[in-house]
Formats: sequence, structure tokens, C-alpha cells
Amino acid sequence: MALLKLQINNRSYEADVDGDTPLLWVLRDNLGLVGTKYGCGIAQCGACTVHVDGEPVRSCALPISAVGKAKVTTIEGLSEKGDHPVQKAWEEVDVAQCGYCQAGQIMTAAAFLKKNPKPTDAQIVETMSGNLCRCGTYHRIKEAVKSAASKTK
Amino acid sequence: MQSVEQSSRRNFLKIAAATGGGLFLGFNCSNAAALPSIVNPEALAAGAVNFNSFLTIGNDNIITIFSPNPEIGQGIKTAFPMIVAEELDADWTLVKTVQANLDTNKYERQVTGGSGAVPHSWERLRKAGATARYLLVEAASKRWNVPTSEITTEKGKVLHKSSGKSLTYGELADEASKIAIPKEVKLKDEKSFTLIGQSVRNVDNKNIITGKPLFGLDFYREGMLFALIQRPKAFGLKLKSVDSDAAKKMPGIVDVVTFGNSVAVVGKSTWQVKKAREVLKIDYEKEFDLESSADHNRIFKQLLENGEATVRRKNGNVEEAFKNAAKVITAEYQCPFLPHSPLEPMNFFAHVREDGVELVGPTQTPDRARNEAAKITGFPPEKVTVEITRQGGGFGRRLSADYAIEATHVSKMVKAPVKVVWTREDDMTGGTYRPAVRYRFEAALDKSGQMIGYKLRGVGMNSGNPTREDNFPSGAVDNLLIDSVEHKSPITTGPWRAPITNFLAYAEQSFLDEVAEAAGKDPIQFRLELFEKAKKSPAGEVKYDVDRMIAVTKLAAEKSNWGKKKGVHQGFSVYFSHRSYVAQVGEVVVEKGKPVLKNVIAAVDCGIVINKSGSLQQVRGGVVDGVGHAMYGNMTFKDGAPDQTNFNGFRLIRMSEIPEVDVHFVDNGISPTGLGEPALPPAGAAAANAFYKATKKRLRNQPFIEEEAFKSIS
Ligand code: FES
Ligand code: FES
Repeated sequence: MALLKLQINNRSYEADVDGDTPLLWVLRDNLGLVGTKYGCGIAQCGACTVHVDGEPVRSCALPISAVGKAKVTTIEGLSEKGDHPVQKAWEEVDVAQCGYCQAGQIMTAAAFLKKNPKPTDAQIVETMSGNLCRCGTYHRIKEAVKSAASKTK
Repeated sequence: MQSVEQSSRRNFLKIAAATGGGLFLGFNCSNAAALPSIVNPEALAAGAVNFNSFLTIGNDNIITIFSPNPEIGQGIKTAFPMIVAEELDADWTLVKTVQANLDTNKYERQVTGGSGAVPHSWERLRKAGATARYLLVEAASKRWNVPTSEITTEKGKVLHKSSGKSLTYGELADEASKIAIPKEVKLKDEKSFTLIGQSVRNVDNKNIITGKPLFGLDFYREGMLFALIQRPKAFGLKLKSVDSDAAKKMPGIVDVVTFGNSVAVVGKSTWQVKKAREVLKIDYEKEFDLESSADHNRIFKQLLENGEATVRRKNGNVEEAFKNAAKVITAEYQCPFLPHSPLEPMNFFAHVREDGVELVGPTQTPDRARNEAAKITGFPPEKVTVEITRQGGGFGRRLSADYAIEATHVSKMVKAPVKVVWTREDDMTGGTYRPAVRYRFEAALDKSGQMIGYKLRGVGMNSGNPTREDNFPSGAVDNLLIDSVEHKSPITTGPWRAPITNFLAYAEQSFLDEVAEAAGKDPIQFRLELFEKAKKSPAGEVKYDVDRMIAVTKLAAEKSNWGKKKGVHQGFSVYFSHRSYVAQVGEVVVEKGKPVLKNVIAAVDCGIVINKSGSLQQVRGGVVDGVGHAMYGNMTFKDGAPDQTNFNGFRLIRMSEIPEVDVHFVDNGISPTGLGEPALPPAGAAAANAFYKATKKRLRNQPFIEEEAFKSIS
């Protein structure tokens, strides 16, 4: 066990955990940031996606010892009022069914649109195919990403 | 508060002034034709009155509507309150929806399953809203001294148009609560609905997109311990001995306890208990046969030939018909086991205290969890509370209470609040599954291509009856025999979204496509002829509405421009399940030599559509689910253990693999008949029949990608 200092959502956190603990479980069990979800634990579903220095990362497969000084953003810190263009699009398009996968979908989409503000449909599909939605909300995820893209132009 | 109707309290609509001011309306749902009654608020608080659900109107105009049924992604937490709000003429922006806890005194059928919530509660919810509205109008009529006939309601306000007077519901709530409620209350004319039928967004959207704690797995409590459970690695094994010394010495571990065949590692964090679980040394011994998928294939074939069958339905003289047939068509269809894979794995919180039990978590059957916990702890059920969280999918998996039972055992043994967490591997390998099944169909055609005989035998695994003997084409064939054989497997099975029909519909609708082809008829025309027959000269009882079948069939044909698209291979399927009717046309296009399912056109009759946005997504999601599992879903066993343990081995459909789904609802004004499941069953056959047109190869087994038609291309 070691006391680690973490930069999450522009705040400093400390966690006393083993270095091999995945970031996901530190967020959830130690820091109370439960917006980041567990779906598979092996980087297959994307439910645990967070941003590490702006890059989309599967937090279930990232040991906390590897996070170091990097800046982590979780769904709770994506925007202050829940009004990031991607979040707004998700609400307007009414994407969520059960909602469990959606934090990961939103984080994936937000990182993607930052790099590709004008994506083609094929690029959207390629990127978002990394995230599973068991409820099958894919049509609306696609629509929401498109809508967010058109608004951030 | 005085009591107007004191008799038969159980079946009466109740109303009471809430202690905090405002109107408090409860409504009992055990009888849709219930009579109203006033109850006293003390009795309410004491839980002495049998309510089913209720709403409150605060003096601040906020209307709180409790939704008793578990929300698993089917949209009930939005749809239920919409129905109440419609009859109440509430201002939807001032409606707050609250998930009710388990309370069998207040509610009945607090269950999510069988697409049954809306059909069950439709009348009752409307009545609750209409009664509250009636009282508000009466209160205004008294205050203004004008007849109720001159009063209207709109968006949370009572209006007297000729004098220009208006009051909000909040301003009238106290007065309204003192008025005796009517024995009969008039419901709106369905044509005048203003909220029902609109697109209303998921009431939890804001919390979902900002990552608020909503789900069972998000539940944390000061001092709570975490438990991961090691279950036998194969179905058919039982626990022999456990050596937990090493595990107990691992950091963060509080205890290791054993119950039944389970070994629970309990500690301070999920990750710590996960690591400790890996160093458990456990010996198992064989209790039952350790079955493999190869065994199942053999068992299926054997039982189809000479299993002891139970007759489910018989009409006419099948043997005669097959003897006289000009043509006989036979085909067998088989599907594998499937895990439910809700994205939120199983988990449950339990705190067994000195004075009772607290349960919190995702369950489709909270009452079952409560009763099981009562049994384990010896408390009466009243001493067990169940808080229902939002659930990251259910698909039938959360109808089982196994994981709530586990949490209760562990909490009881370690005397602390405990959350049992299943990893994805646990979720996929720990049961329960959609059981594998094999069907044999036989059809007899006469010279003119009429289906004069039909036989279906199903061999199920733990499913009791793997057929739905009264479904189409029963009623449309004079000579028919449907029977089934059962195999008892130690692999645990249970309902999976659209139980039985999730595969039977595909098999039956694919087979009918084969029969239509053998009869030289267009697949839709062939079915329409059968519907006509079921209508004009039915063979035995017809337990589906033939006109509704015809209507969705024709609508799907029209919207898909059936048979008229160049370069597009269309396949048809129509199915009645869970009280609703859905027809689908799958469209396959060959791209670079590969058949690709591009579109599915769905015609849906679920009666009145409550929430347009939610319903549209239910159908799309149902088609994606049906097509996805038909294409890719494959769970196999070796010596009682699943071969697939996570999403790397078990393939779920992804965005790049979905067809467009074009949805059309039939507008017939019939009371709503459920939508959580009905769009799924026909999807597999719509796809399979379209693939057949493109490849000329029948897909008789799921998953399709393992079939010859696909193997030869990829
Ligand atoms: S939980 Fe990390 S990718 Fe699934
Ligand atoms: S909305 Fe349920 S898993 Fe995506």
C-alpha cells in the first residue's frame, strides 16, 4: 500500500492503495467517483472510459501506479453543470435506455470530437464501436455524436 | 379527514391529506374497476392501507409520482408517471418521478418481466390521475361558486375561462384533499390525450449523463464491506474443502466464509477481495454430470427421435394429413445457451442487523429477494426492507434472487453491511442462462400448396415447455401436433428477454419461409392466406388476434416496399408475443461478396403508444438485441464449465454491425399491450430469411456466423 496523490477533475485526491489497483476501482471504492462504470474489467466494453491527459483511456486496465501526475477527467468532471456539448446532445437525443454504458460512451465521444471536430459517419462508427451498449442504443449514440459535432463546429 | 367509504378497504381508491400539506392520493391497483374511498393519513403512515401507487401534489405545485416497478432500461419510470400526469392534466415540467421502495402493502406486481407493467396498470394509473383532477375541479368549483361544468384544467392549473379566474393545483391541493372522492370517475377520451403519445425524455437523463450514483453497483455505505464469491467452476460440481489461509492473510481481507457451494472473500475493497479470491485453494467433487455442448447436441437428437413427449396441442388428424401430402418439408433448428450480459453485473447490498434486514440493489423481483432474505435470517418479511435501485439492464437475469441471497448470507455471517459484487467473469460463468433448445418442424402440403399438416417438437433444457403451442400457425392448420421433450441439465437456466419466443419465433418464422418456398408462394402472401384461414375456418381455438396479425403484416409489406427493391434481398417475419404484434422485413445487400443486413423495417402494434421516444428506442433496441444474439451469441460448455468468460470470448453486437431500424406503429387506439420484449422475437427470422434470399443457404442454427453461409465468405 502506498499513499498516492492524484489529479482528478482539477482537484487533488489522495488514495492509500496497492499500486496494481486499477484506476477504475480507486475512483469508485476509494474516492466515491462512481460515475465511471465497471462492465468487463478487460478493456472490452468501454464503460470505464475516462480521460487521462485528454486521451480516452479504459480505467479498468490502467494500474494506479501508472497514472502518476497525469490529469484525469471523469464523467463527473467533464463539465461543471452537465452541459458539455456531448452531454447536451445525449439529453436532447434521449439516448439512454438503462443508462449504464452512457458515461463511457460520452467520455469516448467527447475525447473523439475534441480531436476530430468534423468527423465522417464512418469515423464515428469506427470509434464508437469500441463501446458496448447492451440495450442497443447505438442508433441514438450515433445521432447524438453527430449532433454534438455539428454544434461544436 | 373523514372516511366516506369504510367497507372493503383493500380494493378501494384512497385519498388522504399528506401530513406535510397538499394532496396525497393513493390508488389501489388490485382491481381496475375499484371504487374510491377516503382514508385517514395516520393509517397511511402506519402502512395499514393497501395502496398500489400514489402521487402527491405539494403546495409548491410539484407533483410527485411514485413508480413502483423496477427500471431496467424499459422506460417504465418515465411511462408510468406520464399516464397519471395525462389524466391529471399536470404540467410535466413540474412532475417529479420517484422510484418507490418495495411495499407490498401499497403496491402489487412490483415486478419487471413479461412486458406486463403497462398493460397491468394502464386503467389504474389513469384512474389515479383522473380522480385527483376531479377533486381539484370540485375544490375550485366550491371556492369560486361556479358549476364544475364551467371549469377546465390545463397544465397544472384549474381555469374558469368565462371569468378569467385560475388557480394552480398547489393552491387547491389542501382544499381538494378534503373532498369526498367519487365512486366513478370519467376518463379522458383517448383522442384528447396531450402527453401520452408524445416524445418524453428519460426522467433520469440528467443523472445518467453526469454520472450520478443511480445503480446498485454505485451504492456505498460507511463501513460497508465488499464480497466476491467463488462459485464452483463447473455446473455439476460441489464444494469439498476450502483452504483460505493464504487469502485471509492478504491485505484488506476481513474474513472468508462458506455457505452452500460458495466461498465468499470479504474485505475492504473490490480489488483486494478480487486478488485474495485468486489464492483460495478449493477442492470440488462431482455431484451431477458435467455436461458439454457436444453432449447437448447428442441429447437433442436422441430426444427428438425417441424422447418421451408431452402433447401440447393437437388438432385434426396429423397422420392422415402427412400420408396424403403431395409434399413434406422437414427442418430442424437449434440455438445455444446465452448469458444475459446486462452491462451492470449482478450485485447486491445487504445489512443483516439485530432487528431486521436492509437490502439495496438491482432486482426485477424485489419481493422475491425479501422473502428469501426473511427465510435465511428468520425474520418475518415485514422486517426486511428492499430499496430498488436503477438497473444497468436486466433481460430477465435479475428475476433470480441468487445474488441477493448471497449478500444476505454473507452479511449475516460477518455481521456487517456487505455488498456482493460479481465480476463480468462471474456474471458470465455463474449462470443463469437462456437454455439451448432444438426444434423439429414438419409441414405437409397438398397439391395446391396448401399447408394441411403441421408438426412441431421442441426439446428443451429445464424449460418445461419450450413451445408456445397456441401461437401462430396454430389455428390456421387443420391437422396439427405440437409436443415437447424435456432434458434436465445441471446448468442453471432462467427466463431471458422474451423467454422461449426469443428463439422459437426465429425457428418458426424461418421454417414457414421454407414452406412458402416449397409451396411456390410469396412468403407474405403465404402467411396472409393462413391468417385468412384462421379467421374464416379456424382449426381449434385461436388465441391471437388475427386482424392485428394481418395489419402489421400489411404495414411492414407496404413500408418496406416488399418485393419491389432492386439489389435488395428481403426477408419477412411476423410474431405475436407478450400481447403485442410485430412484423419485420430484413433487408440484405451484398457488398464486396458479403451479405450485409442493412435495414430492418418494423411494423408494431402494441396498442396506444405511451412514450414515443421510449417506444421507438424499445423497438430499435429489441431488434439490435435479436439480430445481435442471432448473429454472434454463442455460449458453449466443456465438462460443465462455460468456454466463454467475458466479452472477449462472448461477442455482443457493436455499432458497426447494426442495421438501420425503421419503426412504424399501428395507430388503433387499443389499450397498451407491452413493448419491452415483443420487437425481439421476430428479428432473427427477418434477418435469416433475407440472408437466405441473398445466399440461397438456410440459417438453421444460431449463431449465424458459425453457419456455412457465413463461414464460406469470411
Ligand atoms: S470495464 Fe473497462 S472496458 Fe469494460
Ligand atoms: S443504455 Fe443500457 S447498456 Fe447502454
